[in-house]
Amino acid sequence: MIELAEIHRDFLVGDQIVHALDDVTLTIESGEYVSIMGPSGSGKSTLLNQLGLLDRPSSGTYRLNGQDVTSLSDIEQAQVRNREIGFVFQMFHLVPRLTAAENVELPLILAGMMPQERNAKVARALEDLGMSDRSHHKPDQLSGGQRQRVAIARATVTEPDVLLADEPTGNLDHKSGTDVIRILEQLNERGITLIMVTHDPEMGQRARRQLRMIDGRLHSDVSNSDHQDHGAS
Amino acid sequence: MALHSHDIAWFSWGALRGYPTRTLLMLTAMAIGVSAVVVLTSLGEGARLYVLDRFASLGTNLIIVFPGRSETAGINPTTMMGETPRDLTLNDALALTRSYKVRRIAPINVGSADVSYLSRSREVVVLGTSHEMLAIRHWELAQGKFLPAIDLDRASPVTVIGSKIRDELFGAEPALGKWIRIGDRRFRVIGVMGSEGRSIGVDVQETIMIPIASAQQIFNTSSVFRILVEAKTREAIEPLKQFIIDTLQQRHQGIKDVTVITQDAVLETFDRILGALTYAVGGIAAISLAVAGILIMNVMLVAVSQRTAEIGLLKALGASPGQIIILILAEAFLLSSLGAIAGYLLGQLGSWSIRYAFPELHAYAPAWAVVIALLVAIVTGLVFSLMPARRAARLDPVLALSGR
Repeated sequence: MIELAEIHRDFLVGDQIVHALDDVTLTIESGEYVSIMGPSGSGKSTLLNQLGLLDRPSSGTYRLNGQDVTSLSDIEQAQVRNREIGFVFQMFHLVPRLTAAENVELPLILAGMMPQERNAKVARALEDLGMSDRSHHKPDQLSGGQRQRVAIARATVTEPDVLLADEPTGNLDHKSGTDVIRILEQLNERGITLIMVTHDPEMGQRARRQLRMIDGRLHSDVSNSDHQDHGAS
Repeated sequence: MALHSHDIAWFSWGALRGYPTRTLLMLTAMAIGVSAVVVLTSLGEGARLYVLDRFASLGTNLIIVFPGRSETAGINPTTMMGETPRDLTLNDALALTRSYKVRRIAPINVGSADVSYLSRSREVVVLGTSHEMLAIRHWELAQGKFLPAIDLDRASPVTVIGSKIRDELFGAEPALGKWIRIGDRRFRVIGVMGSEGRSIGVDVQETIMIPIASAQQIFNTSSVFRILVEAKTREAIEPLKQFIIDTLQQRHQGIKDVTVITQDAVLETFDRILGALTYAVGGIAAISLAVAGILIMNVMLVAVSQRTAEIGLLKALGASPGQIIILILAEAFLLSSLGAIAGYLLGQLGSWSIRYAFPELHAYAPAWAVVIALLVAIVTGLVFSLMPARRAARLDPVLALSGR
């Protein structure tokens, strides 16, 4: 469960203070499927960075699964990121010199896991995403959709509670984009909390809960309970 | 969250291989630095051993006497009046033979004179000396015999010539028994020097030796250039040195106007000078190592900015600042130690080439130089990478990942 209370994030641009996040209070239950939408510069990426512990708030508290993570040290935050949060980026951010399997292995290496244990997990994560036969390919030998699958495998290999996706389909054509969204939704159905930043209304509408950011504030918070079940369709 | 060492090695190695040009450049810089130290110190060491060896070949238990004092304590009347020192004479040399500690004694006179045989003529270094010179300097004769054992003050028209002079004057003709002209006098060749015996300043093969009294006649002088005294034992050197100083002081109206040096002292001095030279050269070469270190810093800085996105990603995946530092330092360590090893091999190849080109030079890099070179290389590599590593650790993952 994610609990944000009165989160502010200010940036100093020149001599002007920009309120990228202005008093954001938000609770997201485990297993929710949330999309964050809004015009560019509205603070949706800043919010995602806050949720992912990539950035510290200027003020306010962030509790993740009951633990206050704003007061943690850099090292402790890194551990939380490693264990409980998975990232999927628009630019995929795969390390070009590493194979698909090695990219997926990275978070486990950083966690200090032993190689035998890692191999099994990596194989399973790649298998889940149907990338087993590409595990020894370098990113430049993979299509965009395949790269994003590898990135998702990397984000989920540590079995995190929360999956943060920043425009995950932004660099993909429509078909592979839909493909990637389906994968993310399947993961959500298996229990992971999925939070996705997008400016594509069609993608955003698919989420059961839609947040809309404007000028650093939470403008609307809509849950469409009557939303159809994607898994079945 | 401790990284396993094999994972660190694997990741760093991958990073190095990912940027071959950068890696190769750094390796080259490091290798040049280390090999410079190895080659230069081996050259210095080779030169030191060479000179020591040459000095040792001057003879054993040797004491050298020459006119004038080299170590003046303050100002004395002679320096005030600008008086030239009193010459050494043959009688001084004879007086020294009185000590039972003396095994052999050989006065020397040196000059150059025209030497001719038939129509061939050249200017040659003429060494006036005595019968004992051969044994003192451990020279070998190729043919005939050395200067006769006659009284020091007796001139005799005989000469022993170097093998090169023999070749030049006589070609394929036999030289022994022939008369040659030295200056305006005629001498009979009684011996030819062997090819052994090159000593500092004098190439025996290019000199001609005649009895010292004859040399004094040719050069029209009564003085002696040097007196070589060989002590009976090593222990006798110091008392004999004192005896020589005392005797000559008595003979020179109580004025200490000779310098007596022992071969040991000369050896020691040269050893010191050349040792210092090796250190200096090693130090200069170490500067190139430091330069390589700075280069590593620059390249690691470039590497960090080149891989900003990658470092940001690692942070997002849960790498702590410490882990980032370790990964960057490991990369630098790998680079500098590989460079150091390459440089060591290159340096050994270099000193091997020196030994190959100059077989008489015993050019081996001293162990201390090798150890220091390797240590300095690795330590500078690490130290100069601390700054880039910390910069990487402080990198803002949000900015890094935005890739803009």
